Amino acid sequence: MEPTERPLTLSAIPNWILAGLPLLLLLALVAGFLLLDPLAIFGSDGPPLEELTVQRVVFPEPDRVELSVVNGGPETVTIAQVLVDEAYWPFTADPDNTLDRLERTTLTLAYPWVIAEPLEFVLITSTGATFAREVEVAVETPGFDIQTFTSYGLLGIYVGVIPVALGLLWYPFMRRIEKRWMNAALALTVGLLVFLFVDTSLEAVEIAEGLPEVFQGIPVVIFGTLFSLGVLLAIGSRSDGGGSAVRLATLIALGIGLHNLGEGLAIGAAFATGATALGSFLVIGFTLHNVTEGVGIAAPLVRRQRPAYRVFLGLALLAGGPAILGTWIGGLAYSPLLAVIFLSLGAGAILQVIWEVAKLLWHDARQRDQSALTWLNLASLAAGVLVMYLTAFLVKF
Amino acid sequence: MKNNRSITRREFLKASGVGMVALAGTVGLQSAANRVDQQAPGDEPEETNLGTVGSVDHEANGFTPHEILTDYDYGEVSQENGRTVRQWRFLALDKEIEVAPGVYFPSWIYGSETTIESRRAGHIVGRVPGPSMRCIEGELLRIHFTNAGSHPHTIHFHGIHSARMDGVPGLGDGVIRPGESTVYEFEAQPFGCHLYHCHALPLKRHIHKGLYGAFIVDPDPANYEGEQHEIAKTRNHQYPENEDYHEMVMVMNGFDTNFDGDNEIYAVNSIAFAYMHEPIAISREQRQRIYLINATEFDPINSLHLHANFFDYYDHGTTLEPTLKTIDTVMQCQAQRGILEFSFADFEPGRYMFHAHQSEFAELGWMSFFDLT
Repeated sequence: MEPTERPLTLSAIPNWILAGLPLLLLLALVAGFLLLDPLAIFGSDGPPLEELTVQRVVFPEPDRVELSVVNGGPETVTIAQVLVDEAYWPFTADPDNTLDRLERTTLTLAYPWVIAEPLEFVLITSTGATFAREVEVAVETPGFDIQTFTSYGLLGIYVGVIPVALGLLWYPFMRRIEKRWMNAALALTVGLLVFLFVDTSLEAVEIAEGLPEVFQGIPVVIFGTLFSLGVLLAIGSRSDGGGSAVRLATLIALGIGLHNLGEGLAIGAAFATGATALGSFLVIGFTLHNVTEGVGIAAPLVRRQRPAYRVFLGLALLAGGPAILGTWIGGLAYSPLLAVIFLSLGAGAILQVIWEVAKLLWHDARQRDQSALTWLNLASLAAGVLVMYLTAFLVKF
Repeated sequence: MKNNRSITRREFLKASGVGMVALAGTVGLQSAANRVDQQAPGDEPEETNLGTVGSVDHEANGFTPHEILTDYDYGEVSQENGRTVRQWRFLALDKEIEVAPGVYFPSWIYGSETTIESRRAGHIVGRVPGPSMRCIEGELLRIHFTNAGSHPHTIHFHGIHSARMDGVPGLGDGVIRPGESTVYEFEAQPFGCHLYHCHALPLKRHIHKGLYGAFIVDPDPANYEGEQHEIAKTRNHQYPENEDYHEMVMVMNGFDTNFDGDNEIYAVNSIAFAYMHEPIAISREQRQRIYLINATEFDPINSLHLHANFFDYYDHGTTLEPTLKTIDTVMQCQAQRGILEFSFADFEPGRYMFHAHQSEFAELGWMSFFDLT
């Protein structure tokens, strides 16, 4: 056989055709479906499944309300009418009251809302379907200016930086106590973090459930958590070795920082969308609840040489500072999807920190041929959960 | 509406967020105050006023609420063996109607050959409420009914008739399947303001989808003497005395657009706020008479309240003397009806409101005006 006379085989076909063929066939399949509609037999000409979500309600001034609406359903939806507390009310839509899939619009109503009272909004679509949104308390939404910005920043400092810094102040005391008590402190930290993980995850799930179906809130939570866990584990394993005490403290601070970012988001959003002032004692409650976060960050540093003061300052800012960022984002540009993403990233970060601290305890126990799960450590872990649980009484109603 | 008030961490955060901003200083409050001060007069929000936005395409619906007020369907009158016979040709149809601007409702409706809409179109056009049938007591009525809809229907008349003619499942011809026909025949008795509606099951759905209408039986003055004779003449559309009255049919109804067993829209004659946006013109010269019928589903009662004036009320319209005198609000249970009579003779011109005095119904569409000239 002549070497030039090759039969037509797969190897003769150029790469780009082999790469492109499945895509081409896929395209043909999609086109075929769209043109021929082979599923018509299942009665797909039934009424459209509409889904609208009011993502945000803003009260920019007296007698004015703005609703941010997103169409999360598969079909185009037209918002025909708006009810406020079971009464039809004229509205304008910007840009339009007809929304394609995933399109957003802002509805503006001249409604004489009453400060500190609840309101219910119902959107009626052209097919007569209704979508409701409740506002627990109507409060004028702060606008964009430097003073509001400063107020939000201060809010973040109260929620985040101050409690963490206060907790870190226990560091000198913690250095003086015995090793086994120090291990107990680490176990306590694990307990605190376990509580924070559960709390953050539940919070993420709760907001995720309110998202339009199309955003697949729960998968976002699960994969957001796994993603941040994976990334942080990879970072952790890459730099394994020297100086690991500060590194571990930094990782803990980072995890707590992401958690506080989520809290900041929720606080900022809540203020922006209106809620009544329940009193400043809540700030105290929050400080008590979050002060333990500082203890957790300080714990791995106790058995090493005391780091420089600026390290502590850096840790406090890393753990608490994101709360400031959170209140800004939440207050000025809140999106539930963003909140879910941040909260699940935070949950993953906390999970990674739990792993790191537990590993520290385990290494220490192995060096002394003991089990890490002593009664003291177990009790401390439980105490950590309990402390968080009980201080949460101050901030949950 | 349901209200699940479990307090969550998020709700706390909302509340505490405000508290903490307050603690952060009064800067925020001051800035808010500044904003209000800085508001230019031109930035004032429009005067707040409730109601729907946009307008209903009455042409696409095939009927207008203003025509329904005064369009009486007298059917076709003939004589058989010396007796007056009045006949109608009725259809039941499926039709999507616009009940508030941009809100469409998949309705089941009645139409008759002899309504203003059908005559104009040259074929039977349906409407909600159904044709306002009008006849005179003692006449023989014959309704040729064909079901051109997609579900079995009947016509059940509130009047005096035999069991066979009752228009309920299992009696006489029972339910009339799509494409089938029947004839309802009975004597017009008693005089009054009545209604008819579909009695196929499930009843609630067949009624609230739109299968109901007015059935008015005028008294025959020949049967009454003295003062009653004179009153009967004003109630009978064949007598000139009837012209002294401006007569209107108002069927109070509602639409459950999302089918959750609760009406999203209330109205008289179907279209939310129709007579608020376009008031009903009335004059001081004529006395006013409303044939008021409650066809609202889901809510046990509905009502009419007239502003700035009082009326006499004839419950079911079956008497020639008022059953309630000098009232400004009347309540009707489902299927209850009656006649209201009042006059604006010495009133200054202007808009006079009337609406359901269930404020919820009023704000969901059952709010109207008379425009007195």
